[in-house]
Amino acid sequence: MLDLAWLMLALPLLGVFLNLFVTGRMSERGIGWLASAVVGLALLVAVGAFLALLKLPPQQRHIELNVYTWIASGSLSAGFGLLVDQLSIIMALVVTGVGFIIHVYSIGYMHGDPGFRRYFVYLNLFIFSMLILVLANNFLLLFVGWEGVGLCSYLLIGFWYERKSAADAGKKAFIVNRVGDFGFLLAIFLIFALFGSLDFTTVFSKAPQLVQSGVVSGAAITAITLLLFVGATGKSAQLPLYVWLPDAMEGPTPVSALIHAATMVTAGVYMVVRTSALFALAPLSLTVVAGIGLATAFFAATMGLVQTDIKRVLAYSTVSQLGYMFLACGVGAFTAAIFHLMTHAFFKSLLFLGSGSVIHALGGEQDLRRMGGLFSKLRTTGITFWIGALAIAGIFPFAGFFSKDEILWETLQESLFLWAVAAFTAFLTALYMFRLIYLTFHGPSRVSAERAAHIHESPKVMTRPLVVLAVLSILGGFVGLPLIQGGNLFKSFLEPVLARAPLAHGAAAAEAGHAAIGFELFMMIVSLAIAVAGLVMARRFFLQRPELAQRAAEVNAWLYRLLCGKYFVDEAYDLLVVRPVKQLGTILWRGFDVLVIDGIANGAADLIRGASGALRRLQTGYVKSYAVTMVLGAMLLVLYFVMR
Amino acid sequence: MSFTVPLSWYLVLSAIVFSIGVAGVLLRRNALVIFMCIEIMLSGVNLSFIAFSRFLHSMSGQIFFFFVMTVAAAEVAVGLAIILTIFRSRESVDVDEVNLLRG
Repeated sequence: MLDLAWLMLALPLLGVFLNLFVTGRMSERGIGWLASAVVGLALLVAVGAFLALLKLPPQQRHIELNVYTWIASGSLSAGFGLLVDQLSIIMALVVTGVGFIIHVYSIGYMHGDPGFRRYFVYLNLFIFSMLILVLANNFLLLFVGWEGVGLCSYLLIGFWYERKSAADAGKKAFIVNRVGDFGFLLAIFLIFALFGSLDFTTVFSKAPQLVQSGVVSGAAITAITLLLFVGATGKSAQLPLYVWLPDAMEGPTPVSALIHAATMVTAGVYMVVRTSALFALAPLSLTVVAGIGLATAFFAATMGLVQTDIKRVLAYSTVSQLGYMFLACGVGAFTAAIFHLMTHAFFKSLLFLGSGSVIHALGGEQDLRRMGGLFSKLRTTGITFWIGALAIAGIFPFAGFFSKDEILWETLQESLFLWAVAAFTAFLTALYMFRLIYLTFHGPSRVSAERAAHIHESPKVMTRPLVVLAVLSILGGFVGLPLIQGGNLFKSFLEPVLARAPLAHGAAAAEAGHAAIGFELFMMIVSLAIAVAGLVMARRFFLQRPELAQRAAEVNAWLYRLLCGKYFVDEAYDLLVVRPVKQLGTILWRGFDVLVIDGIANGAADLIRGASGALRRLQTGYVKSYAVTMVLGAMLLVLYFVMR
Repeated sequence: MSFTVPLSWYLVLSAIVFSIGVAGVLLRRNALVIFMCIEIMLSGVNLSFIAFSRFLHSMSGQIFFFFVMTVAAAEVAVGLAIILTIFRSRESVDVDEVNLLRG
């Protein structure tokens, strides 16, 4: 089964080509199911590969398949090679699993859209690129997938390109990502220059020795990892490059769920975890990763508190949760990061699809201020949405509790300050999430009369994916049980691929952890209490006494305005980056292009036209004038020879 | 006694014949006549070739004469064909009317 891993890539690609060239006359249903089926088959292949991997002893769970040598030039050699190990198979399962569910959901959501076929072509192409990203066995192929998902993200954000805001959002996402990709590329160059190879296995096995023997300096490793992290901040929407993600909500909602919540935006986390062997050698980079991650988690959560667009709340929530994952990476808890990545993929795509169902029911309404009281009408959506919210808030026994608690616990080992901020962010998470729930599903209805008449639960093709994801959001956490010896299956499965960061706690802390099992239990209760506090506060502010929220906003008017303006980061970027670049462009256009370049080209043309205008007079069209010219010429020649 | 016609007489005659040809080419409009005038010019030149051949005791001049004749014959074949087609398409052989390539 492991030899067939390439099928995972081939199937979505087949879907792309079939839907591009063959199914032109097929019905919507056929196109949608074909696209879903290829991803479903890829999921089956991934499951088969996973089971085959489980049969192997843990140390041998590392299969490389070299499909062919892609580039071979001098000492540079990059193959189209796949790496199937514990980390990539988990990512592949998440991508194909969540991808399949969202494909099915899209059949209902995109029903009747004129770009139906184009949509599924993009979606399949995305799955293909994402699988290249997670299955690549070298940096260059990883980068190919990285750019591929970026392209699909751009295409799908701007899917409704007739809307200017959507087209702009697509461009913004693409351009902001370029900044990050620039860092990533530099990191790849540096890696090749220092290690002479781009293969993961070679680089990661060489790195510790080369650093120890002093061939490669620690500063170089720090530079590489920081540049890699720059790439990650772009793709995974971290400070300071997170600005594109909230705007990306212009795309269709299933796209937000798949690309901008569950899979693509987690590529940065995956990449940092994949290169953990390098990060483990650069303590400074780890500190930066933790700091940026935590800051992002906190600031995004505060912005999420005041958003009025249902999807934007979820977008900021995604940014915030991605911050958690980087925090986990930063404190050396790479398994916790991937664990949270997986559970987040489940509950965040559930929340996005649920919000899509709400938007669908309300005929396109996205404003929280014109919702409310929908629970009785959208029962399946409401219940599953609640499950998703409980999971993201970290309430026992939903998936988010286990993953978030693991991150908080690992953070506490590292520093009390980091833990305090992370815990406060967890409180904010619960607060904005339940604010969203209460404003959408409970309280008095603020839906406009004409929309209220049409409210209906979504079709089964949309609600069933919600149910599946809800089940995953409940059960997903149990693969990583804390406290119990050997209960954390997820961690013990993933551990062999990861480098242990040379952090103070390491083995000692693990021992201490066993000794202080009571303390760990206490911390779990604390984080649970924090989440419940958020729930209670949201209930009081947004359900029972809405005037309290009003008053809080008035008392802290400047803070409220700051949050509503999203810290005015977009405006600052506009002022500091966008406008100067535009002005430079205008100067070069008017000054250089029009005057100099066009001047040279047009001047040369004018010169030749003028000269030929004078010369064409010679061609009179009269044979006699030519004859006279010839005779005169001959006479002149004769005269010349005679006079000489 | 015998009187030998001096070379200069031949040359003067040759120049006169040639000039008649040039004047015809420059002044006449009928393509056919112009064509004949060109033949006259060639005859003038041929005369001087023959004369030089005789007075310099060299065969080169006579050989050249045959070359010129041959080329002239070929030229007549091509030229007449062109004039014929011009006449077919325009119903006229007036060279002043054939001015499509005027600049």
